[in-house]
Amino acid sequence: MTILVIAEHTNAALAAATLNTVAAAAKIGGDIHVLVAGAACGAAAEAAAKVAGVAKVLVADNAAYAHQLPENVAPLVAELGKGYSHILAAATSNGKNILPRVAAQLDVDQISEIIAVESADTFKRPIYAGNAIATVQSSAAVKVITVRSTGFDPIAAEGGSAAVEAVSGSADAGKSAFVGEELAKSDRPELTAAKIVVSGGRGMQNGDNFKHLYALADKLGAAVGASRAAVDAGFVPNDMQVGQTGKIVAPQLYIAVGISGAIQHLAGMKDSKVIVAINKDEEAPIFQVADYGLVGDLFELVPELTGML
Amino acid sequence: MNVLVPIKRVVDYNVKVRVKADNSGVDLANVKMSMNPFCEIAVEEAVRLKEKGVASEIVVVTIGPNTAQEQLRTALALGADRAILVESADELNSLAVAKLLKAVVEKEQPQLVILGKQAIDSDNNQTGQMLGALTGYAQGTFASKVEVAGDKVNVTREIDGGLQTVALNLPAIVTTDLRLNEPRYASLPNIMKAKKKPLDVVTPDALGVSTASTVKTLKVEAPAARSAGIKVKSVAELVEKLKNEAKVI
Repeated sequence: MTILVIAEHTNAALAAATLNTVAAAAKIGGDIHVLVAGAACGAAAEAAAKVAGVAKVLVADNAAYAHQLPENVAPLVAELGKGYSHILAAATSNGKNILPRVAAQLDVDQISEIIAVESADTFKRPIYAGNAIATVQSSAAVKVITVRSTGFDPIAAEGGSAAVEAVSGSADAGKSAFVGEELAKSDRPELTAAKIVVSGGRGMQNGDNFKHLYALADKLGAAVGASRAAVDAGFVPNDMQVGQTGKIVAPQLYIAVGISGAIQHLAGMKDSKVIVAINKDEEAPIFQVADYGLVGDLFELVPELTGML
Repeated sequence: MNVLVPIKRVVDYNVKVRVKADNSGVDLANVKMSMNPFCEIAVEEAVRLKEKGVASEIVVVTIGPNTAQEQLRTALALGADRAILVESADELNSLAVAKLLKAVVEKEQPQLVILGKQAIDSDNNQTGQMLGALTGYAQGTFASKVEVAGDKVNVTREIDGGLQTVALNLPAIVTTDLRLNEPRYASLPNIMKAKKKPLDVVTPDALGVSTASTVKTLKVEAPAARSAGIKVKSVAELVEKLKNEAKVI
């Protein structure tokens, strides 16, 4: 069995989610090859070669892969993937974009967002916004799978010494073009990788009030998240959204401030080790999953908490 | 141009589903069903394109049981022109659905196919991308803005770090994210009018598509329940608990 892991990277560096995906591959067992497809992605490939447990790194360095457009990357992965028993990618916006296209090209079903490996062909994945866990078995010749990062502890980024091999890629499919991007800038830890996450909801009332959460987060070295209500109301940008339709997090500590705890939000954070809820409504559903609940006005309690740390 | 909007009948997003005692699945008997929220956004976007004079005809299609006609009628009431039901009592995987949709695409020849980014029951997030591979069309997934310009469509996509804009050659596939638009409600007169709009029923066999799958569900379980927490009285008590009991700060 040989497993192909599609690296998540920024051309210059390997994204943390790749380490979780390699960890899932290690649980399946077998040789692990990592594909780094990008443009001027030598640094990301070098980083991938150092990851523990990786046997080989395939590098497809081509201008057509610069922005990971699925029309260009999916044919490459499908072609390379034919000889593998499994193709894995992180369930990031990139992995979700590309991998189903690969699966359809290989004419196999895809298994999305696995959280556990039972055996080489059997996996667990959440359905219905995490309200049920399905165990699924695949008889496909090539098993195409996306991996939920929070389900697997990352493998060590150092310690490996994989061989790096260049692979030739196909040309630009000419169906799509990258126009531009607008990335949110933040000095705080990345939301999906943070040990502590502080999130605000509709109860924050406006975007300016998020400063209370930023102050608390900076004291804790935490990332700041938000509920859909806070994003839709324009308090914060959408890449901060935690939930079924946003990011899935499982930090050591999740502090939900002014968040009622709708099903869709819980789907994104209920695997956190410890959940703290601060809400003035003691009937709010968030208290049903919170380990520690504090009922009261967040505008008094949050600054008080920040002051005590 | 013609727009095709595939939609799905799913359990209503407000329902807290329960796993069946025999672990064969979730209990959907007597549970409220609705159109998948992301599909509502897809229908809304198609209707807005028609209102702007960009789209000429909107065809909605669903693959599912006979009862899924209700969701097609809803889409017709929201502004779609005609509907197709590919009737299949079995729960189909995304690849089978994508193959059926490809057959519909070949027949209808839409310039734009707009789907939801994921169904809230299976949470797969696959069908649009798979349809892209099967048809060879470009894909604009997780769209928060769609602008048709000549023979291209510019799609602004929600990605992990922010937003990305891509230009796709038409015909193309777009999957909707939550922030693309705010779906409208169907008015009573429109609901009445929708009853008279055409709704064709076909079978997978008639489309010449095999719906066999390589994935089977062995069991479905309830997630591990969290043990009940406590309410603390003060911030000081909270900090003390986090430091000494939970040891997370």
